[in-house]
Amino acid sequence: MSSKTLNISTSPHIIANVSTDTIMLNVVYALLPVAGFAVYSFGINALLVILTTTISAVGTEHYLCKLSKKESTVGDWSAVISGLLLGLTLPPTFPLWMAFFGGVIAIALGKFIFGGLGYNVFNPALVGRAVLQAAFPVAMTTWYPAMALDRFSSISTSVLSTPFMQPTVDVVSGATPLSAFKFDNIIADSSDMALGLISGSTGETCAVLILLGGIYLIIRKMMNWRIPVAILGTVIVLSGILYLVDPQIYPSPVFMLFSGGLMLGAIFMATDMVASPITPLGVVVYGAIIGILVVVIRIWGGLPEGVMYAILLANAISPHIDNMIRLRVYGTSKQTKHD
Amino acid sequence: MRSSINFSQFFSGNARRGTFKHGVHPPENKDETNGLPIRQFPFSPLIILPTVQNIGSPSEIVVREGQEVNRGQLLAKATGYMSVPLHSPESGIIRKIKNVPTISGKMVPGIYLEALPSSTQEVMDGTPVELESATREEILQGIQDAGIVGLGGAAFPTHVKLKVPDGKVCEYLMINGIECEPYLTTDHRVMLEQADDIFMGIRYLLKSTGAPKAIIGIEANKLDAAEHLRSNIPEDLPVTVEVVPVKYPQGSEKMLITSVLGREVPSGGLPIDVGVVVANVATTAEIGRLLPHGRGIQERVITITGPGVKKKGNYLVPIGTPLRYVLEQVEAAENISEVYMGGPMMGVAVSNLDISIVKGTSGIVVFTSEDVKRPTKIYPCIKCGACVDACPMTLNPSKLGILAKFESYDLMADEYNLLDCFECGSCSYVCPSHIPLVQYFRLSKSIVRKRIVARKELEYVQ
Repeated sequence: MSSKTLNISTSPHIIANVSTDTIMLNVVYALLPVAGFAVYSFGINALLVILTTTISAVGTEHYLCKLSKKESTVGDWSAVISGLLLGLTLPPTFPLWMAFFGGVIAIALGKFIFGGLGYNVFNPALVGRAVLQAAFPVAMTTWYPAMALDRFSSISTSVLSTPFMQPTVDVVSGATPLSAFKFDNIIADSSDMALGLISGSTGETCAVLILLGGIYLIIRKMMNWRIPVAILGTVIVLSGILYLVDPQIYPSPVFMLFSGGLMLGAIFMATDMVASPITPLGVVVYGAIIGILVVVIRIWGGLPEGVMYAILLANAISPHIDNMIRLRVYGTSKQTKHD
Repeated sequence: MRSSINFSQFFSGNARRGTFKHGVHPPENKDETNGLPIRQFPFSPLIILPTVQNIGSPSEIVVREGQEVNRGQLLAKATGYMSVPLHSPESGIIRKIKNVPTISGKMVPGIYLEALPSSTQEVMDGTPVELESATREEILQGIQDAGIVGLGGAAFPTHVKLKVPDGKVCEYLMINGIECEPYLTTDHRVMLEQADDIFMGIRYLLKSTGAPKAIIGIEANKLDAAEHLRSNIPEDLPVTVEVVPVKYPQGSEKMLITSVLGREVPSGGLPIDVGVVVANVATTAEIGRLLPHGRGIQERVITITGPGVKKKGNYLVPIGTPLRYVLEQVEAAENISEVYMGGPMMGVAVSNLDISIVKGTSGIVVFTSEDVKRPTKIYPCIKCGACVDACPMTLNPSKLGILAKFESYDLMADEYNLLDCFECGSCSYVCPSHIPLVQYFRLSKSIVRKRIVARKELEYVQ
């Protein structure tokens, strides 16, 4: 002991047992059942799409880090989340080359040019999806029915379509509940929607698994529960009021809740910590804005689905929410700045 | 209260009744020592006393080399108002007067005292401070003469802290028995074993502050201490015991006042601005024990614990006992790698074992190389808001951390209340990206303070 060299460090000398990479890894865990169900429901096509976006997102992150002579940040698992989420929001028979392109865009434009993890203004996966939506509107709205009999035996030709060529549409179109409602005014069965026995993007169909994933993260304190609660609550209240006004024209709150990408968006996309406000009241306002936008776009907008744009818009105003809504500093009448 | 969702809390994270806003729950690790009674620590053959043991100015040595001194004899006198004297913790011979190392790394004038083995170690008495007849000022003078500083760890001269400025009224005397630092159990044991001293101390403090009543604040993990004190309150003493939920950093006096009284100490202000004077419970016990005899402080209760210590416990250790001697006596492990003076949240890591126990040492926590959990990697801030939910001052550590990186110190102070940070470490504790936030803030604060001084000097010159 006499000649012992002691380590010195500044206080605090103990830290909580949580780390950014473990948070990200747990989000991946929470997403795996959702992805598993996507493969079960939509077959080998969905598997290929999800794998492609994940590989391209991770590969892009690694390549860009090397290009800018930085240590690769792939190990923080955030690129895996972006890739998985992007894959889960694409139609099951989406051409793989487009999916690959989406993954590159998500990381390069959605995250890396802002400075990487922690600096992105928007949810990277949604940036990728928005670009794909704008670039390939037909492919983005070509749906495939759930539980097709040949889903594990054949790969759709559109999935393997040659890059930069118009994909041949060979699939039996399976309209999503939202587009069926929007264009044909058909309401899908709500228990089918909750369990995911419907057509839609690969990972957005099974609301139950998405909710379970969210509850897992909330219990582990790795997700801000106020965000999904505020979004879903706003959607229920607003669509409930409309439904009470005229049930013939407006869909029920249950339909609104379980259709399209709302559940996936509310639980896994809007909760991106970097792109959401930091104060408790701020995130509630942020969630309410998303909820209002979703209802407005779905019911009065030209598109069947509005979750993506709702979240992207809310991401953009999130710094302003932080600027306007501040906590009062202890012992002062002044509000802390959060911008 | 806990099970139902409070609506205002949903939006703002407001304080529940009975506690302050935010805070963290580090593992307490108090079970190993909170049941162990206070034991007298062996007298070290050599005592090394630095003259800087408190915030403020150092003490001035009044003895010479070779002089024989008795236990309790004055060794160094106070040098002004923000200073306290130093008394001999052992009977012995002054061997040397020369510079000694301190925890900050600075060498300061100090005294090497060699114990006389044959001595009885009986304590010298001075002039008692009579509770009945003493004036406010005489009590404060008595506290200064006893060399008492805040024993909770801050080592701020107690008589200065207790002074109620003209024009202010003290409504409550708050006795701080919170002890929110993990591992430490000294205040717990003092409350269980020294109730009479505490109540005697409260009598002196009530008189010196003019407060009509005293409140002892205790966290819910020390219910036995709360019960013991409650059942022993003398009938004529206006004291109540308040139990508050366990949460770090409740032992900070601002947090304690908010938890118990619901009042907020204004930014840059003192507890007396909301009618409160706070004293640590061990400090209070010391006042109650020393003043009736006119003695000076020569020893204090310290929790010596941590995975690297074999004989864990709460010990009454003479001030000036060398740390190396302490660790040998408690059989510290061979592979110790970090030693903290104080608790692991706000304590200071020791760089060398040649320093001594000082008046402000509330605990010694020893970690071996296996117990130290250091983050291997710092990730970027992901704005998760964990620090915002942890900061008891409701600051935004996330934003402050980013500004510190850009060296925007003035902005941090002017717009983001940097100077309200008291370095409790809650933000660093919870940060999943392991950003050394407190370290940034400590540095930023010192730079801001220097700039403020420089600005004032400039104004003075002009």
